[in-house]
Amino acid sequence: MPETISLIVNGVQVRMPVGSMVSAAVLTAGQTLFRRSVTGEPRGPLCGMGICFECRVTIDGEAHCRSCQTLCHDGMDVRTDG
Amino acid sequence: MDRVRRECDVLVVGAGPAGLAAAYRAAKAGRRVVVIDDNPDAGGQIWRGEQREPRSPEAQVWFERLRSVDLQLISGARVFQQSGPRMLLAETSDGNVCELIFESLVLATGARERFLPFPGWTLPNVMGAGGLQALLKNGLPIDGKKIVIAGSGPLLLAVAGYLRWHGAEVLLIAEQATSMRLARFGVGLVGHGGKTSQVFALRRELKGVRYLTDCWVVAANGEQKLERVTLQRAGKRWTVSCDYLACGFHLVPNLELAELLGCEIADGAVRVDEFQKTSVKHVYAAGEATGIGGLELSLVEGEIAGFATAGVQEEARRLFPERAKQRRFADLLNRTFALRDELKTLATPETIVCRCEDVVFDRLRAHDSWRAAKLQTRCGMGPCQGRICGSAVEFLFGWKSESVRPPILPVRVGSLLATSRHKNHEDL
Repeated sequence: MPETISLIVNGVQVRMPVGSMVSAAVLTAGQTLFRRSVTGEPRGPLCGMGICFECRVTIDGEAHCRSCQTLCHDGMDVRTDG
Repeated sequence: MDRVRRECDVLVVGAGPAGLAAAYRAAKAGRRVVVIDDNPDAGGQIWRGEQREPRSPEAQVWFERLRSVDLQLISGARVFQQSGPRMLLAETSDGNVCELIFESLVLATGARERFLPFPGWTLPNVMGAGGLQALLKNGLPIDGKKIVIAGSGPLLLAVAGYLRWHGAEVLLIAEQATSMRLARFGVGLVGHGGKTSQVFALRRELKGVRYLTDCWVVAANGEQKLERVTLQRAGKRWTVSCDYLACGFHLVPNLELAELLGCEIADGAVRVDEFQKTSVKHVYAAGEATGIGGLELSLVEGEIAGFATAGVQEEARRLFPERAKQRRFADLLNRTFALRDELKTLATPETIVCRCEDVVFDRLRAHDSWRAAKLQTRCGMGPCQGRICGSAVEFLFGWKSESVRPPILPVRVGSLLATSRHKNHEDL
């Protein structure tokens, strides 16, 4: 059994294997909308490698973090756009 | 905010295969080497996650080699600015600015997928092929998910094999290239022994998966996320329900840093000489940044660049025949997966082209250059700075990228202030 960590996505607890990225945790929590575009469209990850900026979320109060390049930490609080 | 300073003989930007190979050769020859990369772990895209747990034999060999030499890896840090002929500035993951001072620089900045706009491509769960694979490597469970893979290039096959291995149901692979080109590709593989066996291995893994040539996605449909994909082949259209669409049209080199440094670009890639040296003194480039060619070419180019920075030209020279062979394969690859003109007609007037600023196709076609379109519509002016829409507008309208300006990535205000402080200091 791989070691897991626990974090909160939009108030819901998610368990992820150690070494997981926040983008994977957000999708695992069933959240496909990561951010809203400038005209209000729902958006989620596209490139998976830090290029497109579509997977931006708020992590521990800091807005516009690229979830595909941020490792999950125990107790992390992740929020997507509503 | 703290400032950190790192001095070295050889600075390598990018910890994928090319960068790691360059770093190893330079370090083994006694140079002080620093490798900087924007991901939390080394390995680049192809060896993502393999630093901790190598799966491929090549990754195993190279990570073992790297452990045997003395070098410094700075992960999670993004180079955003040049601050003198031998200094780059990077923002580290903890928000500090790192000054990187070097004698020689190796650009191993890799490639990204080319994305083309079609109706619905901005819906959540429509991703790049490499994009979905990266998510999976980063911990996304994929077991039982229904997936359509589309676009172009050998990456589609590799991703299909990987997704299937992890329990996904790959419904089909839609390859836009013609069956005739692919047949020629098959013939061309003769003489590339290793490649042929890779193809056969993939074929076994993908047994039962439909691989449709001359086929492409015309629309992704859904309300809040992807629900269905519409495909076209031989004039016929049909719809498939799926959880994810993994769609990328081959790869394009990451050129921003090379352009910032003033390196000459030719045919969409960094131009290098026989020792992988760019047009700028002390600056080398290796791997996908010099043209899309795959893992083996990246490794050999990295090794040559590493030897060259360490001044052991004769060792570099020994690898020239191998590089020539791999380049012939790369040429074959890029001819095979050249994009067909029909793909230019996928975007409708309402289709978004620039995802950062939500600029639709109709607003762009009124302009005659990317510069004009940028000024009038903000296309390519958002956080990705045209990294996604740039290769799309090049294909759609023939617009070439404009000069790159620092910072080449959005950074914290504090990092920019640190830059200006640094400049003032230089002036004194």
